[in-house]
Amino acid sequence: MSDAMTQERPAEPKATANVILDVEDLKIHFPVYGGLIQKQVGAVKAVDGVSFQVFEGETLGLVGESGCGKSTTGLAVLRMLPVTAGRIVFEGVNITHHDQKQMRPIRRRMQMVYQDPFGSLDPRMTVGEIVGEPLVIHKLHGEKKERRERVMSLLEMVGLRHDMIDRYPHQFSGGQRQRISIARALAVEPRLLICDEPVSALDVSIQAQVVNLFQELQERLGISSIFVAHDLAVVRHVSQRIAVMYLGTIVEISSRDELYANPKHPYTQALMAAIPVANPVIEAARAHQIITGEVPSAQRPPPGCRFHPRCVHAMPICSEQTPELKNHGSSKVACHLF
Amino acid sequence: MTKPLLQVRNLTTRFGHGLGSVTAVNNVSFDVNAGETVAIVGESGSGKSITALSILRLVPEPPGKIVGGEILFDGLDLTKLPEEEMRAIRGNRIAMIFQEPMTSLNPSLTIGLQIAEPINLHMKMPWQKAYDKAKQLLDRVRMPDAKSRLSSHPHQFSGGMRQRIMIAMALACQPKLIIADEPTTALDVTVQAQILELLKELTRETGSSLILITHDLGVVARYADRVCVMYGGKIIETASAHDLYARPLHPYTRGLMASIPRLDQPPGVRLVPIKGQPPNLAQLPPGCSFNPRCGEVIDRCRRDVPELMHADEKHLHACWTSPHV
Repeated sequence: MSDAMTQERPAEPKATANVILDVEDLKIHFPVYGGLIQKQVGAVKAVDGVSFQVFEGETLGLVGESGCGKSTTGLAVLRMLPVTAGRIVFEGVNITHHDQKQMRPIRRRMQMVYQDPFGSLDPRMTVGEIVGEPLVIHKLHGEKKERRERVMSLLEMVGLRHDMIDRYPHQFSGGQRQRISIARALAVEPRLLICDEPVSALDVSIQAQVVNLFQELQERLGISSIFVAHDLAVVRHVSQRIAVMYLGTIVEISSRDELYANPKHPYTQALMAAIPVANPVIEAARAHQIITGEVPSAQRPPPGCRFHPRCVHAMPICSEQTPELKNHGSSKVACHLF
Repeated sequence: MTKPLLQVRNLTTRFGHGLGSVTAVNNVSFDVNAGETVAIVGESGSGKSITALSILRLVPEPPGKIVGGEILFDGLDLTKLPEEEMRAIRGNRIAMIFQEPMTSLNPSLTIGLQIAEPINLHMKMPWQKAYDKAKQLLDRVRMPDAKSRLSSHPHQFSGGMRQRIMIAMALACQPKLIIADEPTTALDVTVQAQILELLKELTRETGSSLILITHDLGVVARYADRVCVMYGGKIIETASAHDLYARPLHPYTRGLMASIPRLDQPPGVRLVPIKGQPPNLAQLPPGCSFNPRCGEVIDRCRRDVPELMHADEKHLHACWTSPHV
């Protein structure tokens, strides 16, 4: 756990790094039915034209408030939701229209860690069965004894004792359960891990333990991941690059250091300003510019830039023309100011 | 010096009895002065919410019971008041804002009725006037189009707007004390900031005191004047917000500060988590409850329970190893 190690980690992936996941103009719309004969009357545009890449060995943070489409994006990459439009290419294979059977071998290569460690573990299975199940499904370590050994080493890897293998989920605390979920996801040695708010349900002192575990695993296993979260402060600790989402679109994507040192999009700036810093001296000196209003409905998003009704810099063009995600220095921003 | 508005003395609240009993709040004492914002910080199970519910005598009985201590509010001992008189205080002189605005609002009544009800009940104002007052209150919490929204039902509002309604209800009878239990935990960060700023501004305007219960040390730094840190049912450190952050004395407080990710740190700094798990209140270790997780533990910590000691006049902590007079 040396500090030096973490600080030397490159903030920006090398130009030669392989793209492991390429998402292009992804759209996920959920139909809305209404009227007398329940015909489709509209759509919730949960994700509306999102493009990003994940490089080998890197963690991409997806940040935004509820309803911005960050979790939907994560689920869509795993193909657990029907894709309305766009393209998802994983390890060079276009999986946008794969059916469940085609997806099965691919799911071995990408795994998910869920938010709620109480809902995502079957209470009637032992830890050994939970962590070993993906091995059974994907027919790895077929021998029972061999599988048990593998599960034990996984438990130790995530900081649990190997003799906990025969216990049930209710015997564990929230933080320990989240470790079990992580062990289960890592069992099949995936290339890509999708973590949906994995620490939001945990207490502060436990949250730090799990955040550190993620950092350690990234360094040890070199695994790529997408870390979905609403908390910019947490994301900063585990991600090398960060995409900020608002109402189904990416408004800014940038390396960690650049994003925090120099947030460009007015929404990113507002998000940063809204997070209080745990120091009264800094807090008293900070400008409390608070954005007004709330996130509008994804069924009828505002025209033009979706953030314009809440933006302090809004200009006439903002309500007319949708800004594109364009290069600006080392980051990409979707804002007419740039 | 004037007397504090609220003085909690040796408050102890227990659930169950006999061997299976759990002391959720254990010998807790603190003051709230008029116009002051006091934050109670702690993780789940630390007893912060039960402390708040005990002040309002809302702990479900059975299984819960206030078994000891005094709660002096404006000269009255709330623990000794009959239920009838307590009802005249709740929502009137002490108001509460809960975490979940959806579960604390009645889904089948209009919000106009729900805000007007305490005004009608406590201030004996006729309904028509109470409705006018409700409209003014909604304006004050910046509800757009307040007049027409009086006849809306809770499900027609977003989470942030519902919390504004809760604040309007809390302010209805101009309470001297507002207790807000994790008022923004269920909300998005940008909306959280709006609600907390509103609460701060309104309490400043009305001169009400505020007890802010939270797990978020950032929120505490921005909004609190004084802080009580709770662990395992006890207050383990209390100081002014400024002092607490500048010089945290209890190892648990220091541990919490080191384990939260902060935007003002250089990126890539490792968090320092507190090892182990939060305590199980049914099986607290002997001595200091924090001793199994503490890095500075000495023999005495495993033997004697530390009570709050003075480090200086206003800064108290319950730790054998930290400096005290």
